[in-house]
Amino acid sequence: MITLGDYLVVSAILFTIGLAGVMLRRNLIVILMSLELMLNAANLSLVAFSRFRVEANGVPDYNAQVFVFFVITVAAAEVAVGLALLVALYRARQTTDVGDITSLKF
Amino acid sequence: MPPFLFWIFAVLTVIFGAAVVLNRNPVASALSLVVSFLGLSALFMSLDAFFVGIIQVLVYAGAVMVLFLFIIMLLDIRAEERRRINWLAAVGGIGVAVILLIQICVVVGHFKDARQTFPQLARSTTDDVWNIGRLLFTNYNLPFQIIGVLVLVATIGVVFLSRREPR
Repeated sequence: MITLGDYLVVSAILFTIGLAGVMLRRNLIVILMSLELMLNAANLSLVAFSRFRVEANGVPDYNAQVFVFFVITVAAAEVAVGLALLVALYRARQTTDVGDITSLKF
Repeated sequence: MPPFLFWIFAVLTVIFGAAVVLNRNPVASALSLVVSFLGLSALFMSLDAFFVGIIQVLVYAGAVMVLFLFIIMLLDIRAEERRRINWLAAVGGIGVAVILLIQICVVVGHFKDARQTFPQLARSTTDDVWNIGRLLFTNYNLPFQIIGVLVLVATIGVVFLSRREPR
């Protein structure tokens, strides 16, 4: 049978892939996609805990699913703002590579 | 949901999630992300969270991915050319990620509840939209309205950021 731990491990692997993507890739668009992967990994473990904690009347704990709803809303807003910043950066510098943006480098 | 379906969708989600990071071409990354999100949506459905599974498809596989593909098209981004890999940074990045994965797996291994299967539900959860909506408008009314303000601010910010500078 599938246990809670299986879902948590899948969520951990997805989060790790996202973290590796943020740290290894240099293209800003792919970095934003990796951020989405990390947010979704967190959503998966929230929903798994929601299903695991069944309430007295026999339905899942919906508080976690409301939280997932908020996370998805914030993630959508974050992507929109991130991509707008990317477009503004591309207009100013003609690049999407984080290696070329060194104004704040010490 | 039968166990083999869980494994199919879990493997699908993880493989295409890895493809997002490994592909050199941003369009291929974006399309891999769509498949990964569809697999994740199936995993949500397997946890009886039908509403979350459906908004995952609508918001991510629909709206967010169109936004990504549109920006890739607008900026005409090509596949990155191979440049010299900074081996120190690459090894450091992979090392930190692997350490985090090992740490989470150890914590899950020590967590007693993680070895239990999911308890049976008393009835089907096809009415979860009603339950989530009721919570959203009673217990979580203030956060709900704050999130509305957040989306409004994000919309205005995006319009401001992406307008052309007046000459």
